[in-house]
Amino acid sequence: MSALLGVDAVTKVFGGVRAVDGCSLEVAEGSVTALVGPNGSGKTTLFNIITGYLGADGGRVTFAGRDVTGRDPGRLYRDGLSRTFQQARVFPQLSVLENLVVAAGYGWTRLFTPRVGRADRERADELLDEFRLAPVADLLAAELSYGQRKLLEFAAVLMSSPRLVLLDEPTAGVNPVMIETMERHIRSRNAAGITFLIVEHDMTFVMRLCDPVIVLDAGRQIFSGRPDEVQNNPLVLDAYLGG
Amino acid sequence: MSRAGVARGGGFFLLLLALPFFGLAHWVVNLLVFVLMFAIMASAWNLVGGFAGYPSLGHAAFFGIGAYSMALMFHGAALSSGYEPFVALPLIGLVGAVIGWPIAIISMRTRADVFAIVTITFLFMIQTLAFNVRSLTGGSQGLSLPVAPFPAASYERPFYLVLVAMLAVAMLLTFGAMRSKIGLSLVAVRADEDKARGIGVRVSGVKVLAFSVSVGLTAMVGGVWAYYETFIYPQFAVDPLITIAVVLMTFLGGRATLWGPVLGAVILEAGQQTLAYRLGGSQFYLIAYALVFLVIMLLLPRGILPTLEERIRLRRRARVANAPDTPGAARTADAGRVALAPGGRS
Repeated sequence: MSALLGVDAVTKVFGGVRAVDGCSLEVAEGSVTALVGPNGSGKTTLFNIITGYLGADGGRVTFAGRDVTGRDPGRLYRDGLSRTFQQARVFPQLSVLENLVVAAGYGWTRLFTPRVGRADRERADELLDEFRLAPVADLLAAELSYGQRKLLEFAAVLMSSPRLVLLDEPTAGVNPVMIETMERHIRSRNAAGITFLIVEHDMTFVMRLCDPVIVLDAGRQIFSGRPDEVQNNPLVLDAYLGG
Repeated sequence: MSRAGVARGGGFFLLLLALPFFGLAHWVVNLLVFVLMFAIMASAWNLVGGFAGYPSLGHAAFFGIGAYSMALMFHGAALSSGYEPFVALPLIGLVGAVIGWPIAIISMRTRADVFAIVTITFLFMIQTLAFNVRSLTGGSQGLSLPVAPFPAASYERPFYLVLVAMLAVAMLLTFGAMRSKIGLSLVAVRADEDKARGIGVRVSGVKVLAFSVSVGLTAMVGGVWAYYETFIYPQFAVDPLITIAVVLMTFLGGRATLWGPVLGAVILEAGQQTLAYRLGGSQFYLIAYALVFLVIMLLLPRGILPTLEERIRLRRRARVANAPDTPGAARTADAGRVALAPGGRS
């Protein structure tokens, strides 16, 4: 397996804080890779740099063999790199169905086509069925529970048929049943060929689902390996428990 | 839109077209001309301020640009039919839109309050230019336009009918936006622009497009206004009060709705003129006007149409949840919501 995503010596400085400090890591095609680390270790900052929301102060990001450092998030998305946010960001004024359609990454010419066309509807219906959102398809996203919103945000970024999906804490703040649902969807989508990079604090979730696990501390990678190795690694224990 | 919607729109415009033929007094038709001007400008502003969520305070600058374009084109010209300035309106709209394009690209890099300040700065810039570029604008002495050779008995009628046509265009553009992916994208921009950009929505494109169309329409209204007034001065052609009135109308009627800005314009412009007549030439009418506005904002905070819509929706939902023979009644309120949804969106 080759690396689908490469991060090479990326650095980001906020004032005097080196939030990401010469970080390098790779995400292999077809994997479900976890990115863990204590609070403030730079996980979300790194996500923002990879997806083009933040410019890096140094280093390179490559996706599918091309240098994509500093590329616009919208263009990255259309090229197959999607993400979700820590606080399920959906559009509350749009219906569930429209939330999916708006995420399809359509081009200029399609702007002048109907709001929800027949092709859009068909494409969205598959995802609505898969994520069991069909009964609420016509509700406003504002009316969904938090867990459902997380599910919707996840479903929406699949509208563009991505190759790599970055999930930022997919299980934070959702109930145990929803966590299982999320896990099932990630597995089935991974089986269908999508690569995942997941930031997550729920370690049992990570242990069940992810391989390999990458650990960040103070803005750089301190460990990368199988999930059963991570718990015994002295560097990781040190990072989490302090010393 | 449903058949009811088509009937509503058709009925409204038939009524508008028929109104001047009822032998209304001049002051009434004059009032209607101003109501129409504001209805068009509020509908246009709604595209940017309502749908995209960018509260422009600079629209009056484009009103002025349109007015001065018209004045410069026909200053000292002899009119034969009197319809020549109307024929020039699309060109004036184009001028407004072309000037608006770079302004949008620059100013829309900022958001919300900063955007409001940047656009109002542009307004004052244009006003200063109108005062000081005397060779072009005549400065504070103003510019004159030829008086339209229309019969005195129905002098306002051609202006009125042209404005009705422009309102139809503005509302069709709004409707088209709402029904296409442009509207979908604009709502996404308003709700969460960063998220929208991250899922491949053409964020910059749609907001610049909306701004250009919006200020193009506003410039056209300025053109009609200049011809109607036949004499324009900088302080009236580029007037912050026009911006503020248009924003208030849109907020009052309901942002991001098709009919809200029109309703707001009818209420506020008619109300303001009536109060101004009743309370005389002093500025007392402004206080009464403010009171009306406060009362409505207190009772219908999100604007008239969205608040009413919400109430109807909640009532209908309650009815569905309480009805004994619907699936929703047996289960929870959530189920009732689901059962309602398809009917609510037809």
